[in-house]
Amino acid sequence: MENEKVLEVKNLQKHFKLGRKSVVKAVNDISFDIYKGETFGLVGESGCGKSTTGRTIIRLHDATGGDVIFNNENVHEKKSKKELLKLNRKMQMIFQDPSSSLNPKMTVMDIVAEGIDIHKLAKNEEDRKQRVQELLETVGLNKEHATRFPHEFSGGQRQRIGIARALAVEPDFIIADEPISALDVSIQAQVVNLLRRLQRDQNLTYLFIAHDLSMVKYISDRIGVMYFGNMVELAESDELYRNPLHPYTKSLLSAIPLPDPDYERYRKRVSYDPTGHDTTEEPEFREVTPGHWVRCTTKEFEQYKKELASK
Amino acid sequence: MATNHHNNEPPKELFVPHERKEDTSEQISKPSRSFFQDARRTFFKNKAAVLSVILMIIIIIMSIIGPYFNDYGMDDQDLSRAKMPPRAPVLENVPFLGLEGTLQSNFRGETVEEATENAVMRYDNAEEYIDINVLSEGDGSDDSAEVEATYNIYEAKDMQDQYFWLGTDQLGRDQWTRIWLGTRVSLIIAFVAAAIDLLIGVAYGGISGYYGGRVDNIMQRILEILIGIPNLVVIFLLLVVLEPGIMSIVLALTITGWTGMARIVRGEVLKQKNEEYVLAARTLGQSNGKIIRKHLMPNVAGIIIINTMFTIPSAIFFEAFLSFIGLGIAPPEASLGALIDAGFKVFRLYPYMVLWPAILISVIMITFNLIGDGLRDAFDPKMHK
Repeated sequence: MENEKVLEVKNLQKHFKLGRKSVVKAVNDISFDIYKGETFGLVGESGCGKSTTGRTIIRLHDATGGDVIFNNENVHEKKSKKELLKLNRKMQMIFQDPSSSLNPKMTVMDIVAEGIDIHKLAKNEEDRKQRVQELLETVGLNKEHATRFPHEFSGGQRQRIGIARALAVEPDFIIADEPISALDVSIQAQVVNLLRRLQRDQNLTYLFIAHDLSMVKYISDRIGVMYFGNMVELAESDELYRNPLHPYTKSLLSAIPLPDPDYERYRKRVSYDPTGHDTTEEPEFREVTPGHWVRCTTKEFEQYKKELASK
Repeated sequence: MATNHHNNEPPKELFVPHERKEDTSEQISKPSRSFFQDARRTFFKNKAAVLSVILMIIIIIMSIIGPYFNDYGMDDQDLSRAKMPPRAPVLENVPFLGLEGTLQSNFRGETVEEATENAVMRYDNAEEYIDINVLSEGDGSDDSAEVEATYNIYEAKDMQDQYFWLGTDQLGRDQWTRIWLGTRVSLIIAFVAAAIDLLIGVAYGGISGYYGGRVDNIMQRILEILIGIPNLVVIFLLLVVLEPGIMSIVLALTITGWTGMARIVRGEVLKQKNEEYVLAARTLGQSNGKIIRKHLMPNVAGIIIINTMFTIPSAIFFEAFLSFIGLGIAPPEASLGALIDAGFKVFRLYPYMVLWPAILISVIMITFNLIGDGLRDAFDPKMHK
C-alpha cells in the first residue's frame, strides 16, 4: 500500500456547550492519518465520540480545535463557495439510519441525483437519468427503482440508495458512519461486501465507523479504538487483534462472541477499570512498535514494550 | 468399473443443471405511486371527510348565491313584518316541517275562555286568524285549563303572497338572506384569518427553528410574552379602538392567533433539520435556501395544512363569540354569531331565529374538523395502505 496520506487529523477537538458552565468534550484531542486506498476502522462504545469525529471531519460540526487536512487542504479554514463545493465532491458520507437518511417525499431518482444537480455533473436530463440508473445498478438495485419512494424499500435497499447518493459525486474518500448497525446480519454482509467491491473498483478510501468489532476487523486495514473522546489505541487490524495493549482494547476484544460453544464456555470477559491508570501523569499517545500506538503514561509505555517483546 | 460408486457419490447422470432464473428478490410488485397520490387515496377512503368536503362546498356555494334566491335584501327593514315565522311554498303543506308560516303555542288559564283570551292577547288580537284547540278543560283552579293556539300570521297581515323561507328577524329582515350573508362574512373572516396565521406563523416558526441557537432563543421568548398576554384582553382593546368591521376582527384574530402555528412549525422544523437526509444534503453541498425549499418544506407541509384546517373553525367560533358578546360585526352587516345573538334574545318565543344559524355554524365547525382529521391521516405515510 502506497503511503500517500489522504486525510490527516491533528489534535482534533469538538466540545459541545450544554449550558453556561458544563461542556461535553465529545472529541478530545485525537490525531490519526488515513492513507490512500485503505479502510480505517473507528470503534468504541456508544457515546465515545466516533460519529462526532466523522461529522467534524466532513464539516457538519465546526471543530473546537485542531486541524483536518484533506488532500493537503485544511478543511476547517474559511473557504469560498467554490472550494467548499470541491471539498464536498471529494469527501462524502454514508449515514447510519437508512430510514431517516432519505427524504421521504423525494423519488429515488431525485435523491441520488441531488449531488449531480448541485455539482452540475449531468449535461442534460437524459444524461442525469442515465447516471442515476448506472449508479443504482452499481449498488445492486434495478433501474426501475428510480421512480420509487424510499418507504417502498427494505432497510438494506435504502442503505444502498444512500451509498449510490454518496457515489454520485465521484468522491475519493467516504466516511461510513455506522452504515450497517441498523441492518440485520445477512444484509450487513451484503452492504459490507458492496462497500469492499466499490473500494476495489473505484479506488476509494474509507473511514469506517462501527461498534461491531468482528465486522470492523473484516473490512478494516487499520483500526483506531476510541474511549470517551480519546483515541486509546491505533494499530493495523491484525496487530490490534493479536496484541491488544490498552486495557480498554483488551476488554473490548474479550466481548466479541464467537459461534463456538466450546470457546464461549471458557471465554473470559475482561472488564475495563479506568481507575487502574496512573493519574499522576497525563497519558500521551505513543508509538510502542512501528504503526502501533497506545495512549499511555511513560511507565505504562515501558510496560507495554516489555509485554510486546516477550511475545 | 464404470459404475463404481466411490464414497457413495451419486452418479453424475442424476445431476440436472440448475437453470438460473432472473433474480426477482429486488423487485417491488406494488404499483408506483407518488406521495400525494397515496395521500389522496387515503383521504377519499375516509367517508366522513369526503362527506364533509361535499357539505363544505355546498355551504360555500350557498354563501355566494344563497342571498339572491329571493327578492329580499339584507337590510330591507319593515317593522310591520317583524318576527314572521318560516313559510316556504309547497313545503307549507307538510305539517311537521314547521314551514307553514304559523305561530303556535300553548296557553293556560283558570278556564278555557281565559286561556283563549290569553292567546288572543298574545297574538295581536287578531281573533279570526287564530285556531284554538282545547287540550284541557280545567277545574277552575289556577292554570288548570290549557289551549293550543295556532296563529295564521301571514293571513292576518294579508301577506299570503309572501314567503319568508326561514322567517324574519325583529326588524322584518329576511332571515334566509341574512343567514347566507352571515355565513359569507364568517367564512371570509375565517379564511383570511387562517391565511394570515399561516403566513406569519410559518415564516416565524420556520426561521426560528431552522437557524436555532440564539435566534431561536430570542424569538421564542418574544413569542412566550405574546402568549402570556390573555388574547381576549388584546382583542377587546383592539376592537374598542378600531372601527368594527371584517378587517378589524381579522386583525384582532391574527394578532394573537399565529403563535400556535409558529410553535408547531418551529417544533417540526427543529425535528426535521437534524434528520440524516438534511445532513446528507449538506454534505453534498446543498445551499440553505434549497435545503429549506426541497427538503424541509415538503416534509413540514402536511402539518401546516392540517393545522390551518383546524384554525379555520376556531376562527369562525371566535368571530361568533365576539359577535355574540356584541364586539363583532356591526349592524346591519350580519355574521353567524350576530344572528345567533339576535335569535338568542327571543329564543323562547321565536326559536326558529336561533335554530338555523346555530345549525349552520355547528355543521361548518364539524365539517372543518372532519376535513382536518381526514387530511391528518392522509399526510401521515403510516396511514397509507
